[in-house]
Amino acid sequence: MQVSAEYGLLLASVLFTLGLIGVLVRRNIIFMLVCVEIMLNAAGLAFIVAGSKWTQADGQVMFIFILTMAAAEVSVGLALILQIYHQLKTLDGDAANSMKG
Amino acid sequence: MSLWLIPALPLLGAFVLIVFGQQLPKRLIPIIGSGSVGLSAALTFALGYRFISSSASSFHIKAWQWMDINGFSPAVAFHLDALSLVFIFVITFVGFLIHVYSAEFMVHDDGYARFFAYLNLFVCSMLTLVLADNFVLMYLGWEGVGLCSYLLIGFWYAEEKNGYAARKAFIVTRVGDISLAFGLFMLFQQFHTLNIQEVAAQAAQHWTVGSETALIISLLLLGGAVGKSAQLPLQTWLPDAMAGPSPVSALIHAATMVTAGVYLIARTHVIFELAPDALMIVGIIGAVTLVLAGFAALTQFDLKRVLAYSTISQIGYMFLALGVSAWSAAIFHFMIHAFFKALLFLAAGAVIESLHHEHDMFKMGGLKNKLPVVYWTFLIGAGSLAALPLITGGFYSKDQILWLSLAGEHGHIWFFLAALVGAFVTSVYTFRMMFLTFFGKENTPVGHVPGKGMNIPLIVLAILTTVGGFIELPHTFGHVTFFSDFLKPILPAVTMQEEMESFEWLIQLVAALVALSGVGVAYYFFIYKPDQADELKSSAADLHSFWLSGWGFDKLYDKLVVQPYVYLSNVNKNDVIDKLYESVVTVANWLNRILAYTQSGILRWYIMGIVIGGILLMALALI
Amino acid sequence: MQIAFYIAAFVAVLSTVMVITRFNVIHALLYLVVSFMAMAVVFFILGAPFAAALEVIVYAGAIVVLIIFVIMMLNQKEEAVDQEKKWLTPSVYIGPAILSVLLLGELIYIIYEGESHTIGQQVVDVKEVGKTLYGPYILAVELSGMLLMAGIVGAYHLGRQKKKVTHRFLKQTED
Repeated sequence: MQVSAEYGLLLASVLFTLGLIGVLVRRNIIFMLVCVEIMLNAAGLAFIVAGSKWTQADGQVMFIFILTMAAAEVSVGLALILQIYHQLKTLDGDAANSMKG
Repeated sequence: MSLWLIPALPLLGAFVLIVFGQQLPKRLIPIIGSGSVGLSAALTFALGYRFISSSASSFHIKAWQWMDINGFSPAVAFHLDALSLVFIFVITFVGFLIHVYSAEFMVHDDGYARFFAYLNLFVCSMLTLVLADNFVLMYLGWEGVGLCSYLLIGFWYAEEKNGYAARKAFIVTRVGDISLAFGLFMLFQQFHTLNIQEVAAQAAQHWTVGSETALIISLLLLGGAVGKSAQLPLQTWLPDAMAGPSPVSALIHAATMVTAGVYLIARTHVIFELAPDALMIVGIIGAVTLVLAGFAALTQFDLKRVLAYSTISQIGYMFLALGVSAWSAAIFHFMIHAFFKALLFLAAGAVIESLHHEHDMFKMGGLKNKLPVVYWTFLIGAGSLAALPLITGGFYSKDQILWLSLAGEHGHIWFFLAALVGAFVTSVYTFRMMFLTFFGKENTPVGHVPGKGMNIPLIVLAILTTVGGFIELPHTFGHVTFFSDFLKPILPAVTMQEEMESFEWLIQLVAALVALSGVGVAYYFFIYKPDQADELKSSAADLHSFWLSGWGFDKLYDKLVVQPYVYLSNVNKNDVIDKLYESVVTVANWLNRILAYTQSGILRWYIMGIVIGGILLMALALI
Repeated sequence: MQIAFYIAAFVAVLSTVMVITRFNVIHALLYLVVSFMAMAVVFFILGAPFAAALEVIVYAGAIVVLIIFVIMMLNQKEEAVDQEKKWLTPSVYIGPAILSVLLLGELIYIIYEGESHTIGQQVVDVKEVGKTLYGPYILAVELSGMLLMAGIVGAYHLGRQKKKVTHRFLKQTED
């Protein structure tokens, strides 16, 4: 099971960039949320690679924290999406560009 | 010891009148106003008696420590010696009489309480000025009288002209005040103290006669004195200051405030004696001022302006006396002048009020029988001002100055001639005023006749004017030296030039003749042949209007100072420095508009911003 | 095993590309699940079996299911797909794509600046992870607990359907 560390990090970078492109080009908020998940996952991968390089558990621990954060973020984010949809009747992120009050 | 009460009582009076003036019944206002000054006057008498009967050379009391910063520790402390006793006597006593007079004079005025509050505040400031034991407290009083004079000249503020006069007085005297302040700074830098006694002691120790520092400091002090006392370069404010009510003119612009400069020079005579050049300049300023103001007074037609110019001229005499080191003669003339000038102003106020606020002398006349009390007291005051021989106080005080300006150690023939010319002119314009106002035919009907409240102060002042002169008589008659002996511990006597002694009677004779001939000339032109006066006037119309405008000083200052200043301020109308700050505002506005544009509310643009930032940061890290 | 890593990596990248280009959300989510599965394989190869298991359970399981539930609640129809098609035009994605590729270039440059290492020789097992997690990182675990709590409360609060409160006297006419 020997893989060069660069390839691991390379994969993480590619996935991160793809997620970023997704966030930037999609107007649907659900898509944006999904793409953020992809980016978080890519970051987690980078930690795993680093942990694997040093054969330490810290990388995985960090991954778990990122996971926790992602779960919390998704739950709050989805609740927000529901609210936005109720208020604006659309999932267009650009529609939510003005504040009330 | 109750020395501190003397300035404190009028201050209390002013405080009560300012705070409760609107609520107080009108009867109570003059009682508080005059009462506080009256109590001060009574205290002054008591204290003066104690002072004369005790052998102490000075009383000293420290009310409290004002501040104490690294050795600079002026206190609110009062110092009473012979010199300040003379001054507080004049201030409280003449001030009290003027208050009593005002109680009737101002009774129909809306600002009755305000008037008395200002007067009381003024008396307090003036007392602080002369009683202060250090220059800082003295400066407080000095500025206090400046403030009160501003308030009182502009008392009838509804008229724009009066406001201008008040501002003029304030600004012109401020020029002198700045010079005084610089003088005090230099004194502090030299001696690290501003206590008057210590400064005098140290100056005598550290400086030699003719030292340059002494010269500079005494010139700076002189600048302050010149401003307050309306002497030559800064005299223009006083004639305009007549815009205030007549009691104000009497109290401030004749009897007390304008003599603050005389007090200052007398108080710091030790410094001036160390700078003979400065002393000579004092004398020259006095001599020139007294002649110029005298000629200006000749042509005025406003009764109060004649008196204003005569005040400038008489203070010129005091400066002349100071300039020839005749200290006690200057103070003596100050006292007599305070009496008769207050008398003249109050009498003039009575005349003006009884003629429905008519100031023009040519529209007066024939008042001799209508206002007998005013006539007789005015005559006594005028006689004193013109120095009619033997019977008037003014003769004795002015004669002393004339004599010492020639025979004193620093005396000079030119000083003497100037004083003599001034004496002649004084007696001409005084009796011109007298004849125009009280003799001849009646031009304006008399309205209000002054009552007891105004007559009594006039009579008291008339008696003082006459009696006051007899406490100091020259060698030739009586040789009474009560006044100069009293001042001797503070102000040294004059050293005479040697061979002069025997000429004293001659000088007195000349002075008497000059005064009488002045009366004669006035009689000739204004009673005997009034047409001649008009002819003379039309034949020298230019000179007449030149003198009428006070030798054109106002026009000169307008050209030299006011117009360049107005021009400069016009040039810099939109403040150049402001542009700098305005540009900051403009840039901030501009940035705001740009940055506000980025606040589009579109989430993806924000993320784009983050990405661009990330790329740039990484690029920076890589480079 | 190297070949397994490359295959898994390829699948992950490909499915992620599919995720961000789909017009239908459900399709995108299915690709996302594939992507997460491939990632789990990668984790396993890199010697992190516990992380791989969590990836499958939490990401591919819980999170994706949560999103699907929400989509079902929102009741998206055919119009939504058309809408997506309209939104995703070249003029929209060309700029961000260039920027992101730039960023990727930088990242790759940084990665290849460093020394080359081989990884994945040794498995870091669950026991070790657990010991580390509840040893030095115990404080962070507590914080994560609080974060999750806040997430639950926040989600409940935000997700609650608020009754429209209109004042008796101020009836709004718009709805």
